[in-house]
Amino acid sequence: MELSRDDIAKVALLSRLQLNDEELDAMQSDLQNMVNFVEQLGEVDTDGVEPMAHAVELHNIFREDKIAPSLPREEALANAPDEDGEFYRVPAVLGD
Amino acid sequence: MSSWIDLSANELLSQLEAGQVTSQEVVTAFLDRIHQVDPKVHAFLNLFAEEALQKASVVDERRKNGEKVGLLGGLPVAVKDVLCMKIGATTAGSKMLERFHSPYNATVIEKLEQADGIILGKTNMDEFAMGSSTENSAYNGTANPWDLERVPGGSSGGAAACVASQMAPLSLGTDTGGSIRQPAAFCGITGVKPTYGRVSRFGMIAFASSLDQIGPMTNSVEDAALLLEVIAGHDPSDATSLDRPVPNYREALKEPLKSFKLGLPKEIADFNPDPEIQKAVEAALEVYRETGATIEEISLPNLKYAVPTYYVIAPSEASSNLARYDSVHYGYRTDRKAMMAGLEEGDSPLVQMYSQSRAEGFGPEVKRRIMLGTFALSKGYYDAYYLKALKVRRLIRQDFDRAFEQVDAIIGPCTPKPAFKIGEKVSDPISMYLEDLFTVGANLSGNAAMSIPCGFTSENLPIGLQLQVPALEEERLFRIGHLYQQVTDWHQRRPSLG
Amino acid sequence: MNATVTDAAYTTIIGLEVHTQLLTKSKLFCGCANRFGEEPNTLTCPVCIGMPGVMPVMNREAFRLAVRTGLALQGKIASFCKWDRKNYYYPDLPKGYQISQFDLPFCEGGHLEVEVEEGQAPSKVRLHRIHLEEDAGKSMHDESMGGRDSLVDLNRTGVPLLEIVTEPDIRSPEEAKAFLTELKLLLVYLGVSDCNMQEGSLRVDANVNLHLPGESGETIATPIVEIKNMNSFRAVERALHHEVVRQWEEWQATGKKKGEVPKQTRGWNDEAGETFAQREKEESSDYRYFPEPDLVPVTMTAEQIATAEAEVGELPQALRTRLQSEYELSAYDADVLVNQGKALVRYYLEVADACGDAKLVSNWLQQDIMRTLKERNITIEELPVSAPMLTELLKKVQSNELPRARARDVFAQMVETEASLEETMDAMGIKQVDAGALRELCQSLVDANPRIVEDVKGGKQQAVGALIGQAKKKDPNVNPGEVRKICLELIQAMGEDS
Ligand SMILES: [Mg+2]
Ligand SMILES: [Zn+2]
Repeated sequence: MELSRDDIAKVALLSRLQLNDEELDAMQSDLQNMVNFVEQLGEVDTDGVEPMAHAVELHNIFREDKIAPSLPREEALANAPDEDGEFYRVPAVLGD
Repeated sequence: MSSWIDLSANELLSQLEAGQVTSQEVVTAFLDRIHQVDPKVHAFLNLFAEEALQKASVVDERRKNGEKVGLLGGLPVAVKDVLCMKIGATTAGSKMLERFHSPYNATVIEKLEQADGIILGKTNMDEFAMGSSTENSAYNGTANPWDLERVPGGSSGGAAACVASQMAPLSLGTDTGGSIRQPAAFCGITGVKPTYGRVSRFGMIAFASSLDQIGPMTNSVEDAALLLEVIAGHDPSDATSLDRPVPNYREALKEPLKSFKLGLPKEIADFNPDPEIQKAVEAALEVYRETGATIEEISLPNLKYAVPTYYVIAPSEASSNLARYDSVHYGYRTDRKAMMAGLEEGDSPLVQMYSQSRAEGFGPEVKRRIMLGTFALSKGYYDAYYLKALKVRRLIRQDFDRAFEQVDAIIGPCTPKPAFKIGEKVSDPISMYLEDLFTVGANLSGNAAMSIPCGFTSENLPIGLQLQVPALEEERLFRIGHLYQQVTDWHQRRPSLG
Repeated sequence: MNATVTDAAYTTIIGLEVHTQLLTKSKLFCGCANRFGEEPNTLTCPVCIGMPGVMPVMNREAFRLAVRTGLALQGKIASFCKWDRKNYYYPDLPKGYQISQFDLPFCEGGHLEVEVEEGQAPSKVRLHRIHLEEDAGKSMHDESMGGRDSLVDLNRTGVPLLEIVTEPDIRSPEEAKAFLTELKLLLVYLGVSDCNMQEGSLRVDANVNLHLPGESGETIATPIVEIKNMNSFRAVERALHHEVVRQWEEWQATGKKKGEVPKQTRGWNDEAGETFAQREKEESSDYRYFPEPDLVPVTMTAEQIATAEAEVGELPQALRTRLQSEYELSAYDADVLVNQGKALVRYYLEVADACGDAKLVSNWLQQDIMRTLKERNITIEELPVSAPMLTELLKKVQSNELPRARARDVFAQMVETEASLEETMDAMGIKQVDAGALRELCQSLVDANPRIVEDVKGGKQQAVGALIGQAKKKDPNVNPGEVRKICLELIQAMGEDS
């Protein structure tokens, strides 16, 4: 599969990665190589093969519905790049 | 006695228990070694010298008073910086988490503490465990103690190098595609990737959740058995952890296997391992034959697809696991003023903040893998890439299952080549990925595997022998590995760092 | 409505997506309390903040409540279901993905019978599927910063949420409202949700378009529009009304069919009474779902499903039927009682069973009790007159010991003072008038009023009313019916004497 620059830009947006023109070029060639490399999987006959998402065959793992202490707010917010003591702060969600 | 740092963890533990040495003295010896050697090796990102000595004194006090002391009895341990700890920053080798202070401890950290292990510090790694050379760390690379111009392997490069250069007797690494075993091979130490689910992943910063596993990196199989005994076990906080009792692994070593079958995958030859590595592995097979083992040729027909399968599944999971680094709740955020100034008509400041923060906070390899994973999961490509890889993963697992019906363990080289030069592969991601050729299979299938030293190249670079066993057969793995280390001394060789 | 369209011109096609929070104590994947109205960011922990290294573990009760809901809605509970990650970036989604169910939800199919108009046969709204997922947090616009910022509260993040998706079976805004009303009643009966739209524990999105007859008999579909942010059932009804007319006008203006324009999302402005186009990101629908590697699948055997089914309890529709067949209530009365909720029905059944006069009790509930609840804004559980107390009161009415009007005064007084029946009657000076005394009183009145006696004898029975009036003046506690009966008897006897 040939990846166009547009494809790369779309994946970069989905990934929330800002790439300048130069980085886009480099990414296009790197990603193309990687995609070519993994495309050899196309050779494998997987008809009727169940996909394997987990390495362990566990089922029905639950926790009981019990309340555990939450973090004090200062601790919860301690790592936030921007907060006002009560909330996390980000550029406006709306207003686009 | 040359020095405490020359002893294995089990030997040190005997000395501690016999009152021949205190934990404080042991910790001091290793801290001194770190101050002496680490400027050259750069295995550590962060040291907790004060806390370590403090904790050691508490253990010493308890031992003196005849109180109960945990399994690690005051032994120092180094920890890969991918494990969350309340003290210090937990960075995962990334600028993104330069100032991240975890409000909680990973389950394995709690287990180390409960066992009276003394955590010396956090070791260097490829950013978010993505890499095979530790060159992808945002905080400079780590050197291979056997040749400072070469890489220690990765992503647990710091963890491997610190044990190899005697800066810690025990260390914890993580292995998603070979990140414990490959650096263990490169640095001439013992590295174990336990069965998926054997060790809790809670508190390990996720790379690829269905493949990640924490494991011991030590001087010997015996030491690995000790450390795994401490960290293994069910954890209600990890829904994928196995609820099975933890065997006394060290006890198991005392009952050697009488006769057993080792399987050598015939496909290994297709990948032209380095001739010196082939020779070393053949010599190791000979050692096993002499101890009564039989060697059989087996087939892992889908081995050649293991790396491409891995390079779809791991980046896909990573693209999602790393979505949380969005600069809102923690982590690096781009400068707002500059960001706002660069906005163009119609740009959303929020989307721009995400994209710019992530672009600045992540290194190139992490970005490549996020892109690849996002692509593999995206509309129109999911079936051809991600789903396809999950199916091939099943076939690879079936290869292993069939092999383990035939033999007790699979044996072979851990890596196709010995440690390479720093900078040699940075511009060629695919050749770096092929480093994982022999190791990724165990992650995809979930079984246990280990690398032990089995010789040196003519350039005096360590060679790793990989042993693989079925899921939850770590006792068998340790017995087979220990047997080898009883009749060879490769694992006792040390680099001459001066 | 500014356009009139004939009913025959089109068919309205509506499908609803309902999100409802489950009434668990703790969140879906962590131990933080599932509670509304706390201070922002005080109900969070590393797991629900999505900090590096954390892992989710499924709340058993959440899954149990989900299954109960699926069964009550006649859905098919999956023998195997799993969780997936839905990837998208939003500041109130700290992991960058929502844990949800994609291709294998726990429940498929099902339906709900809805009575749109009284007396009409109920319509059956089929359900497409129900799945269990985690809620996101809340983002608020921060006006203090001139609207430049949003503020994020993660208290709601990780609260268990059911997504109930109907088939496009709904044919009118009224039917949509009736469906939601019945669904809410059911969910509250089941005890799985409190369905409080103001607090956001129930949220509704609607998909709507029109089907028009084409020239050669084919059906033409107009583009499907999704309507969001409707804050009450009334708003849903209004928004749909508005949207139907808008789509009709748009169809007439543009002739655009489904598939010719991208699916549109419109918001609802309640004050303006209109829907408005919401801008959508081009890539926003590519959620890159894939299996959540940190959670394992859930399986249910037929036996387990049967056990869960037995625990569902009596549902509103069955109760309505039972009230009609066993208690001989009218469909209307049964509906009014059942729609008041489970607690009121329980109260009703207790009193009706004890008194044996289902209609009398139904009247009392629908009149005095429901009015009192409404006036005082209290629930039936908070009513000072408990079911046994009302039973005691109504028994006095049934035995004619208390006239109805008097009993209502007594009830009002009991509500006011929260006293027992006996205390209330004492306080009101209501004494049992004994039968002998009553007869004496009547005799004296008959004796003292020969003219009235004559009138009655002459056939004017209603003249006895004057005697009742006089009796009540002498003793307010007398039962008017009794007085009438005795007086007539006495007059009758006089006639026979003469
Ligand atoms: Mg949803
Ligand atoms: Zn929480």
